[in-house]
Amino acid sequence: MDNTINTGTEGKAWGGGNQPLKSSYGKMMMWFFIVSDALTFSGFLAAYGFSRFKFIDSWPIADEVFTHIPFYHEPAPMIYVAFMTFVLIMSSVTMVLAVDAGHEMKKAKVTFYMLLTIIGGLIFVGSQAWEWGTFIKGDYGAVQTKGGNILQFVNADDGHRIALRDFVVAEEDGRVAHESKNGLWFLSEGTQPSYTVEEVIKGLESHENVIVRTQIINNEGGKTLLSREESLKQIKDNGKIVVEGANLHVNEYGTPLFADFFFFITGFHGFHVFSGVVINIIIFFNVILGTYERRKNYEMVEKVGLYWHFVDLVWVFVFTFFYLV
Amino acid sequence: MADHAHKLQILRGLIKFKSNTQKIWGVLILLSIVTTVEVILGIYKPKALMASFLSMKILNWIFIILTLVKAYYITWDFMHMRDETKSLRRMVVWTAVFLVCYLIFILLQEGGYVFDVYESGFIKRDF
Repeated sequence: MDNTINTGTEGKAWGGGNQPLKSSYGKMMMWFFIVSDALTFSGFLAAYGFSRFKFIDSWPIADEVFTHIPFYHEPAPMIYVAFMTFVLIMSSVTMVLAVDAGHEMKKAKVTFYMLLTIIGGLIFVGSQAWEWGTFIKGDYGAVQTKGGNILQFVNADDGHRIALRDFVVAEEDGRVAHESKNGLWFLSEGTQPSYTVEEVIKGLESHENVIVRTQIINNEGGKTLLSREESLKQIKDNGKIVVEGANLHVNEYGTPLFADFFFFITGFHGFHVFSGVVINIIIFFNVILGTYERRKNYEMVEKVGLYWHFVDLVWVFVFTFFYLV
Repeated sequence: MADHAHKLQILRGLIKFKSNTQKIWGVLILLSIVTTVEVILGIYKPKALMASFLSMKILNWIFIILTLVKAYYITWDFMHMRDETKSLRRMVVWTAVFLVCYLIFILLQEGGYVFDVYESGFIKRDF
């Protein structure tokens, strides 16, 4: 400190000795990072809102999309995502308990709570991956029209959705997926759907009880059903490709935009959770090694705690705008 | 890290806690209740809440308000915003709230406009 210039104003308001925010540099910068990250997420969610308002009368209904629970085969909307939300809130609680134990300089308690937080984070990321898996795989299958709209199939007797595999028979048509090793090396194509549109038409013709459901939301908040004749006409005239599951180009649940935003926003959030877990693990080992014990404060735990809570905070909004509203 | 003083009351002093740990569990209970209400409303979607209010369903307004309640308690109690100075709190919260409101207004307004144009066969004003 000898070569610090002494201006004689240190005690004065603008002399530099003041700490108006009463917060350490690190904590303050974590807060400002969080503000900018929050704005990034807001940008994504607002863009989602934009696309949704643009297609307000045909947006997929989340309750019909996310209905799966591991090892349980009845559709049950909301339950699994509620579980995920609860896991993340719980891991936020163990994090804040770790911060609290850090204030009291209790190393064993901090270690224990950090471990629980890491486990909670891993369960969440795992659930997220499973959710992606089921979404990509899809469950009923649909036909996409020339205009890019999705036609789904419903059992007219009970009003329930009916999967393609329940009324379409796959025929041997000799069509195989093109692989670059078998032909033009610079061309390749993805997995072929299990059925062709012609097979779907045959299945539809031979099953009197199957009708088509469009993307358009009716006054009761459900999707519009077509009559039997109209169903056949729509599929024959406009059916272009069979869609099973969802990816960045097609989505059997409705507009591909829904899938794009789902992958992008939950993916970006999942990446935050993943990096949060990695940072938590680093801090966890620092705690075990006694780094903060020697430093005589656990502020580092508090700083990663801020980040971790922020991840939870973002999820609260993602949960609302993807699954509830 | 000079002082570890925590403000130990939530809901404007309606509930007071004896220690910070106790407050954390209290806030967890509050957040769990709010989430449970959201999930139950999300599953059953009561018909009475489907009416439109300010061009959005009442149910959706309830979801958004409950989300903001949860966000408030996560920030104020888990992230200890309650214990920070007023100026730090305002720097973070007001900046974010202002910019987010602006962004949401602009994008949703524009989204609604595009919907109208699509709906009327790509004609917004036919002279």
